[in-house]
Amino acid sequence: MTVLATAPALPLHTAGKYVAAAYVVFLALVLIYVAIMAARQRRSERELAELRRELEAREAAGDERDLERVA
Amino acid sequence: MPPPTYARGLRGLSLATFATLSLAFALVFFYAPLDQDQGFVQKIFYVHVPLAIVSLCGFILGGIFGIAHLRTADRRHDMRSYVAIHMSLIFSVGALITGSIWARASWGHWWVWNEPTLVSFLIVVLMFATYQPLRFSIEDPERQARYASVFAIVAGAFVPLNFIAVRLAQGFVHPRVLTLTGGHLPGPMRLTFLISLAGIALLFATLWKYELTAKHARMQTRALRRRLLGESAVGPLRRSAAPS
Repeated sequence: MTVLATAPALPLHTAGKYVAAAYVVFLALVLIYVAIMAARQRRSERELAELRRELEAREAAGDERDLERVA
Repeated sequence: MPPPTYARGLRGLSLATFATLSLAFALVFFYAPLDQDQGFVQKIFYVHVPLAIVSLCGFILGGIFGIAHLRTADRRHDMRSYVAIHMSLIFSVGALITGSIWARASWGHWWVWNEPTLVSFLIVVLMFATYQPLRFSIEDPERQARYASVFAIVAGAFVPLNFIAVRLAQGFVHPRVLTLTGGHLPGPMRLTFLISLAGIALLFATLWKYELTAKHARMQTRALRRRLLGESAVGPLRRSAAPS
């Protein structure tokens, strides 16, 4: 098992693309993950906004009923 | 019991991760010397090995949270275990791809089947790849969490055993540069490696916390919707591999 010993060092112009590919893979994984999480975050924010609108509508309806009762 | 605040410290952790990774990459390309044997291609070492180490530690962490879940029946530990294994799978895919690129550059092959370190790592990853289908196959959330914890513990215990067995194996081509007795890394390379390892470990911690925060927020939103609009507006829980 002397694969490493017999493999000569690659010249810089050849090695560079492999090194770049490895680091690009790493960054791409992180970016894809963050993008997926950001999309989910946006969906949660939309749901929260919808719930807030629903709550405000209920509160407004409750206020109107109170006013009618007082009148 | 007050709800956990997963987001606490997330900003500081994110900044520390960014700073450490930036420093690590700067050291990799401007400080660490070129390897005499492999030359420039050895720079892959600083991303590949930390990814592999952190992913294996993450699998073990998943097992530890599995133990905590079985001991306390606290579903938050199941969530932590799930997210740790999920993150570790992503990191291990990164380790496999970067390792494959390095193998191609150094050995002329994308994959070497008679190399114990590579194959054992692949076995660990494939084993943990069954974790999510296992969870998905169990409908009852309580049972899903319990079985998943048992799996996480057994598989997590397999990780160090597997590592020791491979270390004891005689025939290998993977260089042994990290040992308990000091290894063979020169000072600047060791420093660069340790900072890279710290950066990737911080990245794991940040993303783990980020995902926990997001999942917790989604669960809270769903609970709020159920309280405001009633069960009919939310509908029955869809079967999911994620803890619900």
